[in-house]
Amino acid sequence: MAQLLSPLPGTFYRRPSPDKPAYKNDGDKVAKGDVIGLIEVMKSFTEVKAEAAGKITFIAENEEPVMAGQPLAEIG
Amino acid sequence: MAIKKLLIANRGEIAVRIIRAARELGIKTVQVHSAADAEMLAVKMADEAVNIGPPHAAKSYLNIEAILKAAKETGADAVHPGYGFLAENAGFADAVEAAGLIFVGPRGDSIRVMGDKVAARVAAEAAGVPVVPGSDGRVDDPEHARHIAMAIGFPIMIKAAAGGGGRGIRIAHDMGEFETLMPQASAEAKAAFGDGGLYIEKVIERARHIEVQILGDGQRAVHCFERECSLQRRRQKVWEEAPSAVLPQAVRDKLCASAVALAEAVNYRGAGTLEYLYDDETHHFYFIEMNTRIQVEHPVTEMITGIDLVREMIRICGGEPLSIRQEDVRINGHAIEVRINAEDPARNFQPAPGTVTALRIPGGPGTRFDTMLYQGYQVPPFYDSLLGKLIVWDGTRSGAIARMARALDELGVEGLPTTKPLHQLLARDASIAKADFHTRWLEPWLEANAHRLNS
Repeated sequence: MAQLLSPLPGTFYRRPSPDKPAYKNDGDKVAKGDVIGLIEVMKSFTEVKAEAAGKITFIAENEEPVMAGQPLAEIG
Repeated sequence: MAIKKLLIANRGEIAVRIIRAARELGIKTVQVHSAADAEMLAVKMADEAVNIGPPHAAKSYLNIEAILKAAKETGADAVHPGYGFLAENAGFADAVEAAGLIFVGPRGDSIRVMGDKVAARVAAEAAGVPVVPGSDGRVDDPEHARHIAMAIGFPIMIKAAAGGGGRGIRIAHDMGEFETLMPQASAEAKAAFGDGGLYIEKVIERARHIEVQILGDGQRAVHCFERECSLQRRRQKVWEEAPSAVLPQAVRDKLCASAVALAEAVNYRGAGTLEYLYDDETHHFYFIEMNTRIQVEHPVTEMITGIDLVREMIRICGGEPLSIRQEDVRINGHAIEVRINAEDPARNFQPAPGTVTALRIPGGPGTRFDTMLYQGYQVPPFYDSLLGKLIVWDGTRSGAIARMARALDELGVEGLPTTKPLHQLLARDASIAKADFHTRWLEPWLEANAHRLNS
């Protein structure tokens, strides 16, 4: 089990836009490099990518304010 | 003054600016804020503060119900929306008035008309204001579209009628491209917005961005001359001036009169700005849109006219008639504003929130710094990157540029990167000194000067 940490402080989004489905759902298999969410910092968006392959379980919720280094998900 | 207690439905430097104006009018202030903004300067300055929700703006600064609840609980009798957030939301203006409160801005119906691209264009044409040549509203018939294209000439911009934010825009340079791009643009608009309707407009290739400040009381309007905001990066204004350095007096008179005509035609109330594209070779100007709010760059107008725009809009919306006569509004000297943002110019303007460990604010003659910063303030990552605006005034434009360079050297914000180094280069640039620029000047300049920004 590896924790995926937020690279930046900001708002975490699990969808590419409000009217689109989530990038990944709990229990989905992800590959290393898959985009699993976005961090918005001052209206600028950065993709968050899986650092390992495995089954993903989210810790942070959609639209949750997060700190840099805060766990977003577990992959294992 | 009908207003006794004003609620500020905004944050950052504009909230500070509004509190200052209210206090000078003897009005009490209520500052609403998100959970992330409890320590912001406006909260410390206001008479009262109310936490209206979580950091995410949709749950706080855009939460109409929470804002009206805070107004009710604190006994506020008016709401100032600032800029951004709900400032140009007609539904919010209506909801504030329906709650029996004063909205410091235009009526919801004015926001609705001027916020709709096609309706605003129709209103402008009806008031005799030149608009960018194009289709009057949407074109659904390809034959009609070809006919208009022939009449206005290429290049032509094809836009989605239901669009926004640059989505669905195509540029055709000749009829062949136009024939290819029209169906593509229509299909994309249909997919993105559920409406394949298009409208077309001539591309004004080397335009300057010039805008006219107006104040109206619902019947009469006056202009406070123009600002030029041609220096833009990704359509965001970076450096703003008043007056424009290149506008001949006869064109200025016509431009400003057109803005007053349109403001009076829509019975505009409050402070507003009409934006135009200006072709400095032909001296033609074209209305593009109206912003029905106070703007970020309003201080340059205040510096050259001596009019406190924020105080005036509060007075007017509080029910007082416009106290300014057009003949009393005069241009005195030249003012420049630069935006100090929490962005790193050495890293492609990546936003960089953080804590202000030290702050030195410039002073001296003709120097003003409108900011939300104080030493120890933690800039939150949830909102836009504007930290403050450095504004200078002098009798001449060259004097103002020299003063800007001097004031920027004095400004010290430590603990996080800012756009100060960019402005230091611009203030010493030969093209800026000659006012030789247009809306697409800055982006290539940034590429060419990237090495100088890597401090």
